[in-house]
Amino acid sequence: MLTMIGKRLMFAIPSLIGVVIVTFLLTRALPGDPAAYFAGPAATKEAVEQIRKKLGFDKPLIEQFFRYANDLAHGDFGNSLTTGQPVATEIRNRLPASAELTLLGLFVSIAIAIPLGVLAATRPGSWIDHLCRVTTTAGVSLPVFFTGLVLVYVFYFWLGWSPAPLGRLDVFYSAPPTVTGFYLIDTLIARDFEAFRSALSQLILPATTLAIFSLAPIARMTRASMLAVLASEFVRTARASGLSPATVIVTYAFRNAMLPVITTLSMVFSFLLGANVLVEKVFAWPGIGSYAVEALISSDFAPVQGFVLTMAVMYVLLNLVIDILYGVIDPRVRLEG
Amino acid sequence: MKRRDFLKSVSGLAAGAALPAMPSVISSARADARSETLLIVSEGGPNNLDIHGIGTNVPGYEVSWNCYDRLISHEMKSGPGGVPYYDRDKFKGELAEDFKIDEMSVTFKLKKNAKFHDGAPVTAKDVKWSLDRAVSVGGFPTFQMSAGSLTKPEQFVVIDDYTVRVDFLKKDRLTIPDLAVIVPCIVNSELVKKNASEKDPWGLEFTKQQTAGSGAYKVTKWTAGTEVIMERNEDWVGGPLPKIKRVIWRMVPQAGNRRALLERGDADISYELPFKDFQEMKANGKLNVVSLPFSNGIQYIGMNVTKPPFDNVKVRQAIAYALPYQKIMDAVLFGLGNPMFGAKDKATEVAWPQPHKYNTDIEKAKALLTEAGYANGFETTISFDLNFAGVNEPLCILVQESLAQLGIKTTINKVPGANWRTELNKKEMPLFTNVFSGWLDYPEYFFYWCYHGNNSVFNTMSYKSPEMDKLIDGARTAASIGDTATYDKDVKGFVDLAFADVPRIPLYQPFVNVAMQKNISGYQYWFHRRLDYRAMAKG
Repeated sequence: MLTMIGKRLMFAIPSLIGVVIVTFLLTRALPGDPAAYFAGPAATKEAVEQIRKKLGFDKPLIEQFFRYANDLAHGDFGNSLTTGQPVATEIRNRLPASAELTLLGLFVSIAIAIPLGVLAATRPGSWIDHLCRVTTTAGVSLPVFFTGLVLVYVFYFWLGWSPAPLGRLDVFYSAPPTVTGFYLIDTLIARDFEAFRSALSQLILPATTLAIFSLAPIARMTRASMLAVLASEFVRTARASGLSPATVIVTYAFRNAMLPVITTLSMVFSFLLGANVLVEKVFAWPGIGSYAVEALISSDFAPVQGFVLTMAVMYVLLNLVIDILYGVIDPRVRLEG
Repeated sequence: MKRRDFLKSVSGLAAGAALPAMPSVISSARADARSETLLIVSEGGPNNLDIHGIGTNVPGYEVSWNCYDRLISHEMKSGPGGVPYYDRDKFKGELAEDFKIDEMSVTFKLKKNAKFHDGAPVTAKDVKWSLDRAVSVGGFPTFQMSAGSLTKPEQFVVIDDYTVRVDFLKKDRLTIPDLAVIVPCIVNSELVKKNASEKDPWGLEFTKQQTAGSGAYKVTKWTAGTEVIMERNEDWVGGPLPKIKRVIWRMVPQAGNRRALLERGDADISYELPFKDFQEMKANGKLNVVSLPFSNGIQYIGMNVTKPPFDNVKVRQAIAYALPYQKIMDAVLFGLGNPMFGAKDKATEVAWPQPHKYNTDIEKAKALLTEAGYANGFETTISFDLNFAGVNEPLCILVQESLAQLGIKTTINKVPGANWRTELNKKEMPLFTNVFSGWLDYPEYFFYWCYHGNNSVFNTMSYKSPEMDKLIDGARTAASIGDTATYDKDVKGFVDLAFADVPRIPLYQPFVNVAMQKNISGYQYWFHRRLDYRAMAKG
């Protein structure tokens, strides 16, 4: 097991180096001149040059790259020019906000999509199968920002059930002391139950938005994979042996249908990280997605590079977790690994 | 709060379980906090708390304005619609108790009880250090200081602990007003020097993250891109103690959500909304919407006069007759702007901005274009800044449609915000739309930056005319020595010339729009167009 993890991590190193090089070159290829942007509307040509020099953009590209790589090796992601803060700190502060939202969204989505997919597979052609089809089609065809805006309009503006879409907490609460960075957990550790409620109620709409978006692939994949497994011979044997339908479906069929679902989950998780960018914009969520977009709009190199790199590391870790999960679910994978 | 009442009544429902009602004790405690707190929502927030910093953005100016003091500030007068409007010509002391203007200098006596946020007294050496800093750090602050002929540290002289003299390099009517803009703010020199380094002698890194002033508010928490929290400075002596104790300024990127927050009564005040929203909010009357013209500001269509076809004055005049002025006012601005066109029969005034003499007249435009030798039109590109796409995009589409009637094929070029200034600096765009507005509200100030042959960044058309330069310089000199007759003649002269040569075609004077709850009072219009919390009150 450990050797497998070690091996996987070794394989990840070249791809990370590739990511560093590509993001560096891509950000430099962006249109726009950060020096002119940050010199302000009234800057003279000399002022722009002064700032370019200060930021080190007057050096040859290769030198800029080595300086950047050297800083990275020392854990320095550089400074964001738009927010004026070190990128590493910003990402550290903002990542939990995005992660909490994405994970909760994924959790809600799984909690709905898997039972829906299983039920649809066991009763193909029934009303629940049609319900599954309709929800997934609707979910996948609505753009996330649209779903988000509609939810805000209905549940906040119209019905008034949901709190104001103003980020992670009501403005009059202060954030709990940081332990995990997840407000739901930190507020419980601090035994501040009101803040917990506030954090939870702030999370519901954005998490639902993400869940609606990610329902479709999970439910469809569960259904398809369950259908295939239910038609296979070992299920027929199990049924013929007189096992109860629940045991057949849950213990035998579902466990075997899990593998493709897990693969889909990892894909969905990465989609969600992307969709997060828009959801964070709609709900004024202080996550890394909105941070990266802001930076991109103002040609602010350092945060964009930091963001892409963080994402790359997260993908590597995610794939690792998925691989390990395969082994847990299917012993054959373990043997080959 | 309606939401809580509703939730209490349905607490048995699933929704109630997920979003439980607050216990009533806490609600009332929070209601008290609410009544003394101003909640502002806007699209963007500051990137730096110090206006002297590198690349401080416009929201950063608002922090500086409220957290730092200047020597002097403007008095208020009643503006359009009875809204308090800064008085361009009347000054009052802020940190200065009293000031005396002589032939070639001005002397300020400081208030002896003024203290910085950390309790240190405000002294003459802080003033000198701060003004030295403004003229030395380079970039925007230094540029702004130079607009009032304030360029050298030697100009700022400490007389004693509480007296400072500012010497004039030359007579300039803009020197005193320039000391009342945001840039010459007074910084706690001892505190900042302690946190400065060899690489950063002015301590810009330190003041970027925290406020070190004597102003009415101080920043207690700042999360870049998310929120700024400011608390009242109880010892402020720059004016009467503000009524708002705490200001929470949240960044909400979605304009629709900002409007929803206002209409639900959760946010107190917001700006940067689409014109259509402002117009609708004005019509339904639930909120107070204030719309005031930008002082000394104009949105215009510029043409690059160094290259054909726009080097031909007839072509430029043809374009000026072809623009769909009224359509832009109605369909793009929803009426929220002052028209700057069609003053055909009105005599030129000694004022700026003022409407030009052109009107939409396609026949005349066609005739002029034929005269210029472009009877069949030509192809060109119109560029705009995507950061202000809400106005610029529909505007450019209307212009495109209109020019098509002359056979001019226009391609629209959308320039990302980050790139816009680079493009302006290159001065290569043939046709473009942009806004310019000057902090100092004087015609010659506007013309000096936008039309003078020294070709500043704002002379986006690369317009050069010896006659124009003579008139602008003449007006500046006349203003400094108080020669009203020459001044009036020169101002009328350069306005007329600008309209005859039309290197840029003024479209309208934009409005600054602010929407607030009915219980918010004390909004004041300032030249910088940001909020002044010091005069505001709630309830």
